[in-house]
Amino acid sequence: MQGLANPARFMRLSKVVQPWLALASVLLIGVGLYFALFGSPADYQQGQTVRIMYVHVPSAWLGMVGYTTMALASAVGLIWKHPLADLVAKAAAPIGASFTFLCLATGSLWGKPMWGTWWAWDARLTSMLILLFLYLGYMALQSAFDDPGRGARAAAILALAGFINVPIIKFSVDWWKTLHQPASLMKMSGPTLPPSMLTPLLLMVAGFTCFFVVVLLLRVRAEIIASKIRAIRLTQIHGSHESPLADRLAG
Amino acid sequence: MTRKQRRLYFVLLGMVALGGAAALVLTAMNDTLVYFYTPADLQTKHVSPDRRLRIGGLVEQGSIQHQGDVVHFVVTDLTATLPVVYRGVLPDLFREGQGVVTEGKLDGQGLFHASEVLAKHDENYMPKEVAEAIKKSGQWQEEGKKP
Repeated sequence: MQGLANPARFMRLSKVVQPWLALASVLLIGVGLYFALFGSPADYQQGQTVRIMYVHVPSAWLGMVGYTTMALASAVGLIWKHPLADLVAKAAAPIGASFTFLCLATGSLWGKPMWGTWWAWDARLTSMLILLFLYLGYMALQSAFDDPGRGARAAAILALAGFINVPIIKFSVDWWKTLHQPASLMKMSGPTLPPSMLTPLLLMVAGFTCFFVVVLLLRVRAEIIASKIRAIRLTQIHGSHESPLADRLAG
Repeated sequence: MTRKQRRLYFVLLGMVALGGAAALVLTAMNDTLVYFYTPADLQTKHVSPDRRLRIGGLVEQGSIQHQGDVVHFVVTDLTATLPVVYRGVLPDLFREGQGVVTEGKLDGQGLFHASEVLAKHDENYMPKEVAEAIKKSGQWQEEGKKP
């Protein structure tokens, strides 16, 4: 981890890893989608509608993984003041927000035929909506400051405070009576899915996760390059380095 | 203590304090955070009769009666039951033995007048063929009666 913290080394390593991860995500999602749509059975209660699960569950997973990444990176940024950590947190936010939105949208499409409603204010759905608002609040706060360093600090504190919501989402279906079903996949007694449904679901979760990492690396790389450009421009204008952040990144 | 250590402890302490506060608030608000009450909750908890509320449970076997576009059924949580009357569209999953959440008001006679009926399903998934095979062999257990 210490080695990765060096931006120059990060650029080299991520360049090597990225195409392989992209290939893995294409293959996993491709095979996963085939099994999800054609190679898996209809459910005894839900019929063909169950296939929404193969997009809904991986999206929910990455909505929460995205926030956990953001909160961890924010903590590292706050405590150890590492410039790369701030960039990772900033880069993770829109990706996680997109997956959270996808989870809410597919959940709504699933809820109408199965439950009979697009939306219910139960603990699971509400805490997931709060997650989306936390992402949006994070992005707004982070870009509301002229000084990117101060914006990153304020947003990091919000990200950490909001992290409380992640275990609440996970356990909401166990702590309170909800319309949403309890966990089928991540539970102590093992999944309550037959192998024919578990296989496509796990393929999709793995594929979505690879995709998330690819986009995250892409965004962090873009942020590093953008700071380099800023540093070069500042040098041209002032004839000397003004920003210590840019200094460390340009290395 | 270095400044980094001080910041680390500050963040950890903040997270613990925030977690504790959240736990206290959520415990205190427990009753308002549940999406529905069960028929047994109605007897043990004091629920004012003129308030709109949601009742959840299973549709009792053999309790569904259609009278024109009005449907009568009984919601059970296997300890207490509540008769429900509803006029409107029922979800596809609605059937005897299925989980439901219904919103409406209690009248004086203990009859629940529902304005909305939602279906609730559990976390178990199964291919159709397997479910039919189990039902044929007589090993099928209805929802809610599973161990």
